[in-house]
Amino acid sequence: MSSAIAAPRAAWADHAGCFIHHTFVVVEAELRKLIHDPMELLTRAVQPLLWLLVFGGVFARVRGIPTGAVGYREFLTPGILAQSGLFIAIFYGIAVIWERDLGVLQKYLVSPAPRSALVLGKAIAAGVRGLSQAILVYALALLIGVRLRTGWDTLLGVPLIIVLGSAVFATLSLIVACLVKTRERFMGVGQLLTMPLFFASNAIYPLGLMPGWLRVISAANPLTYQVDALRALMLPGVSATFGIGFDVAVQLAALAVLVVLASRLYPKVVL
Amino acid sequence: MPAEKAPSQGTPAVETFELTRRFGAHVAVDHVTLTVPPGAIFGLLGPNGAGKSTTLKMLTTLLEPTAGTARVAGCDIVRDPQEVRRRIGYVPQLLSADGTLTGYENLLISAKLHGLSRAQRRERIAQALKFMGLEEAAHVLVRRYSGGMIRRLEIAQAMLHEPEVLFLDEPTTGLDPLARRAVWSHIRDLRQRYGTTILLTTHDMEEADELCDYVAILHRGRIAVVGPPTTLKAEIGPEASLEDVFARYTGGEIVEGGTYRDVVRHRRTARRLG
Repeated sequence: MSSAIAAPRAAWADHAGCFIHHTFVVVEAELRKLIHDPMELLTRAVQPLLWLLVFGGVFARVRGIPTGAVGYREFLTPGILAQSGLFIAIFYGIAVIWERDLGVLQKYLVSPAPRSALVLGKAIAAGVRGLSQAILVYALALLIGVRLRTGWDTLLGVPLIIVLGSAVFATLSLIVACLVKTRERFMGVGQLLTMPLFFASNAIYPLGLMPGWLRVISAANPLTYQVDALRALMLPGVSATFGIGFDVAVQLAALAVLVVLASRLYPKVVL
Repeated sequence: MPAEKAPSQGTPAVETFELTRRFGAHVAVDHVTLTVPPGAIFGLLGPNGAGKSTTLKMLTTLLEPTAGTARVAGCDIVRDPQEVRRRIGYVPQLLSADGTLTGYENLLISAKLHGLSRAQRRERIAQALKFMGLEEAAHVLVRRYSGGMIRRLEIAQAMLHEPEVLFLDEPTTGLDPLARRAVWSHIRDLRQRYGTTILLTTHDMEEADELCDYVAILHRGRIAVVGPPTTLKAEIGPEASLEDVFARYTGGEIVEGGTYRDVVRHRRTARRLG
């Protein structure tokens, strides 16, 4: 499509090029907005900091939670990192309802951009927001003396996992937005989703502590795989329960399915 | 319908065939068949709830018709919506400029969405800013713009890819008389310069009369009459105004249009643009 990529080539390559181009146009728009008003990111960072300092501080004294080779604060940090991404992502859909009410969304829908690129672009942008949280949480964790790995695989892997994990939940959020269509209903559903997703995961306690039924639910929760991969990447001497490759594969598959669903529903949000 | 009155050359810019949209039991657009000749400024005139916006949403592929179809710039809106989107520009009744971005950024994103090359982008954005008198405000956040500036920016961003057909949904609702005239003159200039076909909706008689080459009066989802404003007026009588035409074909009846949600949106748009 774009004349920036003009040379004749296979149709599928054109489609792929067009898809990637449009995805990143949406990401660019979102990032530009963020740069104009970064205040939101700072206020958003307060909650994970409280979890780390207050919740982590108290539970580290309990010493009743089997966290293996690391202390509880170490164990908690990747969980809180994933959680802060989740909390941002799960309410991301409300921005789409807002844009629909304003009319901005219609502009995108009338452009030649594939619907799936519009959805994935939003999702990745939510992931980048999650990334900014990661930097703050990481900084604070190091400041309060949490022992974290800082190797090259950590520096590369952690941002990727955060973006991927947040993108999964942002797409889920877009689907909810397309279904409920009003901000009021969305807030209700958002609240309803957040805590179960958080508690039915290994974010603040290991899977081994859970009763059987909860373990089954958390095995279907993408957050579990995100936290699993983050722990392996961030903590010294900890390896992934499911293997990092499997963790990433589960999340990629979840993202693909959700993006397909969301791009079907996306045009309906304007009705 | 007397659409053949149009002294058109070449393929029509927009052609609808029995275009119909139902929402549950309510028929918003009822077997609308009309032809818009290329290069025309064509107005869909009607009270709120007459089906104008719904028609426009179908023509811009935002809404699928329940029955019937249309061809826009030669492409079928049902079978080939993607091609339609490449060839049209659309300024919704609501706000299509992002208030949290600058005017320049809004144009940049639109240009990229339409796949313009870097050179095209640079040239056309500069041109558009100049044409719309927004050069000085280019790097100001749109939320600080006045209503007239926002409308001009929206029209500019819908024109960057030089679409064959430009759809404007109530382009001057909520603008003060001066800003309204400025938007009209920009619409005329666009047609002059690029030969763009312009299809707009309005409930403003004066706008329809002064701006449009053709007017289709929509009443309860149906086309009541189509023609150039002068012809329509002449058919009623020597002194007739477009209001008289309107009253004749709609029975002078006020249709209480729109739902609560529509009213909220209208008011909000009006406030933002006002």
